[in-house]
Amino acid sequence: MIKVTRRKVDHVVVVDLGGRIVLGDGSATLRDTIHELLVEDEIRILLNLAEVSYIDSSGLGELIAGFTAVRARGGELKLLHLTRKVHDLLQITKLYTVFDIKDDEATAIASFVPVAP
Amino acid sequence: MTLIPKHQAIVLTSSLESVERAEAAADALAAGGGFDESDRHRISMAVREITVNAVRHGNAFAVEKKVHLDLRLSNDSLTIEVSDEGPGFDLTQVPDPLASDNLMRQSGRGIFLARNFMDDFELRTGAAGTHIRMVKRRHSAETGHAGSSSGVEHD
Repeated sequence: MIKVTRRKVDHVVVVDLGGRIVLGDGSATLRDTIHELLVEDEIRILLNLAEVSYIDSSGLGELIAGFTAVRARGGELKLLHLTRKVHDLLQITKLYTVFDIKDDEATAIASFVPVAP
Repeated sequence: MTLIPKHQAIVLTSSLESVERAEAAADALAAGGGFDESDRHRISMAVREITVNAVRHGNAFAVEKKVHLDLRLSNDSLTIEVSDEGPGFDLTQVPDPLASDNLMRQSGRGIFLARNFMDDFELRTGAAGTHIRMVKRRHSAETGHAGSSSGVEHD
């Protein structure tokens, strides 16, 4: 089961995720969460994966789908605090080269393109 | 103390619940066999990916078709065999997930991940179904084993 909480930090929505992002409820919840954010015109999204214990290939697919959908809206989706297992998974699949991955939340927030005045 | 059998043969239905059951059975045997946490994760993930393929792509969730899981623990390794009753597939048509054109694909990484996470990986596929045999040896990471012997046979 995946746990999802949202919080706004400056102009970025931080999504704290926990549990397993796998085929079924986990990946569907991630998909729904990103969809809801886009409906709300939230296009600067930081996914905090610190408490994510497991991602399977279906979960990877949802991360890619979310990244693509947010980028298509002119926004950014970045990843924060990868566990060792998730880090290894992204390296094996070369997705480490696709995602913007951060280790520090404040630095991550500051790295998003500011909202136009 | 719970005794874990060293050999388990399980017939699974073609459902997502079977994926969880297969993963749990493999992890229990790996834990009982003394595999470390890292290897248990790799074994669980390989079994998960291959069972998902069997249920979804092989048997296409057909209620009359089964997935056959065979787990065998020896002194130095865990051997896992997964068979489905689907129509088989052409492995040459499975895209390389590391090719730059395929990096952003949302699917197609299951076999690649299982092959990477296990020490041996063999796949046979044909009209009678797809059969995969995977082996994880203890302490394979410490001995620097990075590759895998693999074979593909089309019936």
